[in-house]
Amino acid sequence: MVKKISKIPFSGTPEQEAQLNAVIASYKDDPSQLMTVMQKAQSIYGYLPFEVQVMIADGMDIPLEKVYGVSTFYAQFALSPAGKHPISVCLGTACYVKGAQAVFEHLQELLGIGPGECTPDGVFSLEACRCIGACGLAPVMMIGDEVYGNLKPDMLAGILEKYKKMEGIA
Amino acid sequence: MTVQELNARREAAKKSFIPGEGSVALRVVVGYATCGIAAGARPVLETLRKEVAALGKTDILIEETGCIGMCQYEPIVEVYAPGQEKVTYVKMDAQKALTVAHKHLANGQVVQEYTIGAATGEARDGEVLPLSKTAFYRKQKRVALRNCGVIDPENLDQYLAMDGYQALAKALTAMQPADVIQTMKDSGLRGRGGGGFPTGTKWSFTAAQPPGKKYVVCNADEGDPGAFMDRSVLEGDPHAVVEAMALCGYATGSDEGYVYVRAEYPIAVLHLEKAIKDAKAAGLLGEDIFGTGFSFDLHVRLGAGAFVCGEETALMTSIEGKRGEPRPRPPYPAIKGLFGKPTTENNVETFANVPQIILNGAEWFASVGTERSKGTKVFALGGKIKNTGLVEIPMGTTLREIIEEIGGGIPNGKKFKAAQTGGPSGGCIPESLIDTPIDYDNLTAIGSMMGSGGLIVMDEDNCMVDIARFFLDFTVDESCGKCTPCRIGTKRMMEILDKITEGKAEEKDLQKLQELAAHIKENSLCGLGQTAPNPVLATMKAFPDEYLAHVKYKKCPAGVCKALLNYFIIAEKCKGCTLCKRNCPVGAIDGTVKNPHTIDTSKCIKCGACMAACKFGAIIKK
Repeated sequence: MVKKISKIPFSGTPEQEAQLNAVIASYKDDPSQLMTVMQKAQSIYGYLPFEVQVMIADGMDIPLEKVYGVSTFYAQFALSPAGKHPISVCLGTACYVKGAQAVFEHLQELLGIGPGECTPDGVFSLEACRCIGACGLAPVMMIGDEVYGNLKPDMLAGILEKYKKMEGIA
Repeated sequence: MTVQELNARREAAKKSFIPGEGSVALRVVVGYATCGIAAGARPVLETLRKEVAALGKTDILIEETGCIGMCQYEPIVEVYAPGQEKVTYVKMDAQKALTVAHKHLANGQVVQEYTIGAATGEARDGEVLPLSKTAFYRKQKRVALRNCGVIDPENLDQYLAMDGYQALAKALTAMQPADVIQTMKDSGLRGRGGGGFPTGTKWSFTAAQPPGKKYVVCNADEGDPGAFMDRSVLEGDPHAVVEAMALCGYATGSDEGYVYVRAEYPIAVLHLEKAIKDAKAAGLLGEDIFGTGFSFDLHVRLGAGAFVCGEETALMTSIEGKRGEPRPRPPYPAIKGLFGKPTTENNVETFANVPQIILNGAEWFASVGTERSKGTKVFALGGKIKNTGLVEIPMGTTLREIIEEIGGGIPNGKKFKAAQTGGPSGGCIPESLIDTPIDYDNLTAIGSMMGSGGLIVMDEDNCMVDIARFFLDFTVDESCGKCTPCRIGTKRMMEILDKITEGKAEEKDLQKLQELAAHIKENSLCGLGQTAPNPVLATMKAFPDEYLAHVKYKKCPAGVCKALLNYFIIAEKCKGCTLCKRNCPVGAIDGTVKNPHTIDTSKCIKCGACMAACKFGAIIKK
């Protein structure tokens, strides 16, 4: 799996750093909890910038090479920030046979971005995911935590419109 | 907690929520698993709560429950009354909930038109058909899913009321560890994660290791896209897995367990963590359970999106906090597993069967199923089928029964083409084999596999080459890269399939594809690589003509592979409305008002916009 590495400069706040240090402090005696720490770090920062991986490596006393190895191995760890409303289209089997590919392609057209990319205004990012387990509603996508099911390509513009209005860019 | 206290708490628990047993007159449950919530269960639940509060009826209990199994009909509301079969309302919304509250809950009038029988058209006029009598349910038998969609999964007492933790009490007080293993062996339970290894035998390997630190691991990294059985069990009945793991710990001599769950299943994680916390607080996990001296502790670890971590050695490497790469076997996990200690690993559905087997006996379990596959199997039914959902059927049920009776057949009058089982490791079952009774050995014999339970139905509009390419794309993406046959071999297979779907392949490429597949199967390190070529091999075997059509005649019979298609306008059907011309993004359509239009295939980018726009069905692709 190829990961897109962010070129956006790191902008962590002291508050975020304090939260991360608290997480590290509670797990640092157990190296098997590395992934747990990284998951918590990702929920603090939204992604895992290189600077954060360095902090984790130092704090957990695990070589940076190992931390980087883990962050690039698992699909869940993002090395670049997601949009304010991350969109993930399920390309699991049940969705695929019911036309998810057409949904995914139409979203790329509508947003003008490819998979794994973020719109220039930072509002939407797009990715494919493998099965969110809502196969009965196939094809499905998630925008943030909201699940949209029984999709057809012509429904997408309307759904995006809602979020654009929310952001005042419609 | 002592066994006496457990029994007393069970009796008290029954009174707390079962209508007629205590002060509860009616119990209303709303399907509140992932698909229910996605379909809109939240406003339904809120409306019911609000209305019942407004009615001032304190004897009506409104609760959330797990997956009821009929995803197609979510949101689902069920009403339990004393001495009657439950009433199942389907495709609910806030408005319908309001009606149900006012008519049924307030006045006992069932709103027949919202019930399952009315929705499926099976009920004769005005009749309220119970769920158990519908075609969807009739042939099912619920063992692993027995509590899913019945109890409130976050409520330990409700699990206790359904004889929860009785199996653990029975094993700890009346059985030796060897008896537990013997019962598991006699039951004939085989691994439900797909491999089908006999569970009792697996346990006996770990038990035979010298005493010392041992682990129990539950594989809840359900990676097969299109399968959601394990998610449903963890969301709907998490205590069953907790109890089973403690039983496994007792049988194998282990005092600590890990559940490795996909991070994509937030509700499952939440329910499982609560179940563990509640069980610990009640003394059903932890030190000296039931005063027998047996101790067992359980932890949850989250996966991070790597399909290979469903492979047992890779999963253990991941729990250790490393890249989830598989380890060569031997040594097998029973000798050297998690943290280098003897480890027993089973999947969620396997564990969900265990308490029932201990409680009801091996014979009870073995009375269901076929000669070499005992019990039931849960399938996640999806794809081109009317009733998508979660079904649990006795082993030996035929695919035809699942698809045509339980699943309700193929929608839109289309023709069945194939069923896919086993996900990216499995194969396709064509129509000629649809009467095969489902069990481990039969499915393997016809070139597919049981797999974890994803069952995706495909109709005539699905191209089998494209489906094979889809699965290979998945394995190429998920190959961890540790061994060469899998990392590079799958990629090369993918390139050949790309050539086929683009119409650039020759017949000798099919030969090459098969050779490559054989090498990958033989030489890969773990199950992911060893089974990666299966979808390709199975489709080549079952649908040779379709491959030949792509390669020799450069045609895609199902009309899926874009490079091999052209769009045409049927002059007789075209009314000359100009809608297609206006929708074409590249100006490839020519024609004037009220005259038949034509498509310039050299300009056409095959986007399909014209076909979607045409109101007269005048545009075809071939």
